[in-house]
Formats: sequence, C-alpha cells, structure tokens
Amino acid sequence: MIALPDGPVPCRADAVVVGGGINGLAIAYELSKRGMKDIVVLEKNYLGSGSTGRCGGGIRQQWTTEENIRLAQESVTAYENLATELGLQTFFRQGGYLMVTDDERHLEAMRDAVALQNRCQVPSEFLQPEECLRIVPQLDITKIKGASYCAKDGTAYPFSVVWGYARACQRAGVKVFIRTEVTGVRTEGDRITGVETTRGDIASPLLINCAGPWARSLAAQVGVKLPNRQERHEIMVSESCKPFLDPMVISISNGIYFSQSMRGEIVGGIGDPDEPQWTLTDDFDTRSQLRFAVRFSRALCGYYPPARTMRLMRQWAGLYDVTPDHRPILGGVAGLEGYHHICGFSGHGFMLAPMAAARMANSITTGVPDPIIESLSLSRFENGNVVADAFVVG
Amino acid sequence: MSKCILCRCEDVTLAEFRKAYADGFQELESLKRFTGVGTGFCQGKGCLVESALELASLRGVAPGDIPLTNIRPPVLPLTFGELASLDIPPLIGELELPDHDTEVSP
Repeated sequence: MIALPDGPVPCRADAVVVGGGINGLAIAYELSKRGMKDIVVLEKNYLGSGSTGRCGGGIRQQWTTEENIRLAQESVTAYENLATELGLQTFFRQGGYLMVTDDERHLEAMRDAVALQNRCQVPSEFLQPEECLRIVPQLDITKIKGASYCAKDGTAYPFSVVWGYARACQRAGVKVFIRTEVTGVRTEGDRITGVETTRGDIASPLLINCAGPWARSLAAQVGVKLPNRQERHEIMVSESCKPFLDPMVISISNGIYFSQSMRGEIVGGIGDPDEPQWTLTDDFDTRSQLRFAVRFSRALCGYYPPARTMRLMRQWAGLYDVTPDHRPILGGVAGLEGYHHICGFSGHGFMLAPMAAARMANSITTGVPDPIIESLSLSRFENGNVVADAFVVG
Repeated sequence: MSKCILCRCEDVTLAEFRKAYADGFQELESLKRFTGVGTGFCQGKGCLVESALELASLRGVAPGDIPLTNIRPPVLPLTFGELASLDIPPLIGELELPDHDTEVSP
C-alpha cells in the first residue's frame, strides 16, 4: 500500500500534490473522485510523518468562527462515513468534546460560541460545572466555572485515516511516492509547469502545496509569501486501561487536552506559551522535553485526580503550522496559475481536512468559487478580513 | 510460525508482522504503527531490534540498513503523580541527545 518506491517519478502529471499527510492524500483522493487522472503525491519522509501522525486525533465542531464550524461540521459527517468509503478502520469514536474553563471571563464567549454553533445546527450545549460530572464523573470541578459540550465530536486514529486515504488513492490510480523530496518548482511566466524531485522531474500544470510546516518554504520557491509560523507542540500517550473516559476533555484556561483512544491509552497534550516560533525549516526541533511531561501531568492530575496512578508511556512532539488568525489558508494566489495551497491549519488540520479537501477539489475541477475557500484565502491578510478563532487549544 | 510472538507486550506475532510487510508497510516506522510492535510497556526494548532484523531479512538488506524508530522518553513508564510532583524545568534549546536517525547495527 505504501511500499517503498522502486523507480523514478512519472515525467508528467495532471496534478502534483506535495505532502503525504492527511491534507495531501485527501485532496489527491477527492480530485481523483472528480475524474482527474494522473495525480502524483510526493512525501519526503513516510506517510503521516509530518504533523498528521503526531496529532491528538481530535475532531470537534465547537469553534467560534463560522468557517471553522462549517468545515468541522461537514468533516464530522465525512468521518462518520470515512471507514466505509476508504475501506479501512479509522477508529473514529464520537465520545464528545467537553471544553472547560476555570476563568469567569471566558463564560460569555463560550455562551456566544454555543449560540453560533447551534445556529449552524451543531448540537453543542453550555454546562454548569456540576453538569460536567454527567459526562466525566471523576472530573475535579473545584476550579471549573463552566463548560461547553458537544456529544457528536470525537477522535480517530490519524495513521489509519492516512493509510485509508492512501489506499483509496492507489485504488483510483493516484501515484503516491514516499521518501521523495521536492527540490525545485518550475514556472513559466505566470504559471506552474512542474516540479523537480529527488526521483526525477514531473511536468504538471497544477501544484498543490499540502506540506504543513514546510508549506511556507515551498511557497517561497514560487515567490508566494505565507505568514505562517511553526511551533513545537508536545503530546504523550499513557499505558492502556479499560474504557473509562468518554469525551475529549480540553481546557481553554491552561491548554490541556486529553482523551482515551480505542486502545485504552490516554492521549493528550498541553500548549506552552514559552515555546518559540520558527520560520526557517533548519530551526525546527521536535525533540521531547521533561518540562512538557511535568506540566501536562500537573494539569491532568488537577482536572482528573485518578490519573495520578496511571503511567505515562511515551511522549513526542510535532509542529503546528500557525497563521495570524489561527485559521487555515486555502485556495490559490492571484497572478500564479496552477498553484494552490491547503495549509496553515494551526494545529487543527486533522479535523478539518476531509472537507477542506472536498471543497478545494470542487473548486479546482469546476472553477466555481467556493465562499468558504474565498474567505480563507491568503488575500484576507491584505484585505483586513481577519477574525481570529478564540478557541485554540493545545 | 503463526504462534511465534515478536512483540510480547502487544501480542504481535511474527506472521502478523510479515503480513503487514506484504501489505506494503515496508519501513519500521509504519510497521510499528500498523502492528503495534514496540508500543507496549517495554517500549520496544524486547522487540525493536528483533523487528529490525526480521525487516532486514524480508527486504534482503543488511541489518545496519534498517533505521530504528525514534526512541521516545521516558525510558521506563512513570506515573502522572510522580511527574506532577517535580518542579517545572525551563525549556531547553539545544539538548545534547544522540541522533537516533543514524544507522544502528543491531
């Protein structure tokens, strides 16, 4: 399915997708579904090795901007059917998302967000602290001031989803190359004409940049300046236990999130305001730190005291591709025909990818503008149409 | 052969490992995540090298040509209670850690 390549890349293609994470594989799959032939996906490492495979696998619809809500809502519907569509178990489980806060000042924004989500038909609700015990009976609610909850949110296993898309891509004739790096992009006048790779050159009128944290440097090769910054975020997994935790619990006060996977492990992370932001790929550092393990453990035991006796098994780190408003950047750029990007998900690419890909594939194959893609285009940073999403956690 | 256990923590048999390879999982990083080999309580101390040797044999290459998966901390699982009792250390910019991506001969 994702065998090591044993030959050169094809010399021409209708579309070249850079990045073998969920966004790259999903857009390749969606384009093939719409009849495009000769699609090539290039991954410099192994599938899911960038950000997708390092993420917490959460899928939530509780956002504060309509674009994020819509993309997430449609993505949840996609995830509900993805295992059947792709032909691989995705371990998608709708245990809900419980978003708590210890800060009175968040409550109004939380109620407003629930109201907006309800207007978009997301079945979220505002909860008083003691109502949280209905969802997580052993939660320590001493500090909690309020919460919002959506039973239809959930989690999935990122690698399974990536492999599922890869398998569906290959069934449709998409050529997926791992261990193949893009070394240059070819343009002629104002249009893309191809890419150069470590396995040969590919002539192509379309280049789709799904390189996650590396999207910025790829875009720079064709003169497109992305405002994205890259941040290290750490995450860990515990030993496996019997099922005891239904939802993903996240705190917008201290940035912790934790859920129980279908293997029984606690999977969780916590944001660190002291982490540096990078723009140069040479600076990227995804090594683990004891500081994370201590901060996460303190926050976890604070909200969930029975965790004190559970063991942390291993920790790792990945990169968030963060935009100034914490919303993705989709679509093309004026004056460069054939170039598109699907990047800047700011830590939420796994949950938004299925529908970002479907909408992008529609727009690329039909040429019909999509209102959500338009509002998430790179040009919003020049036009001042920047509304940040307030609920960014992890 | 079907009862030969490769990863004792996660109950992965040698036959399952070989089947995953035949299904296209041809690198240790992907085999680890598909079969679960090396993700159990011992963190691969009892199976990672054995898995690499088996993969070398399946690919027909020397054991040294199979890169091991990244070694993840902690060395031994620790309780969240133990970790929570520690002082919060500062961020470390330049950790002097061995580069686990280099070739290792099992």
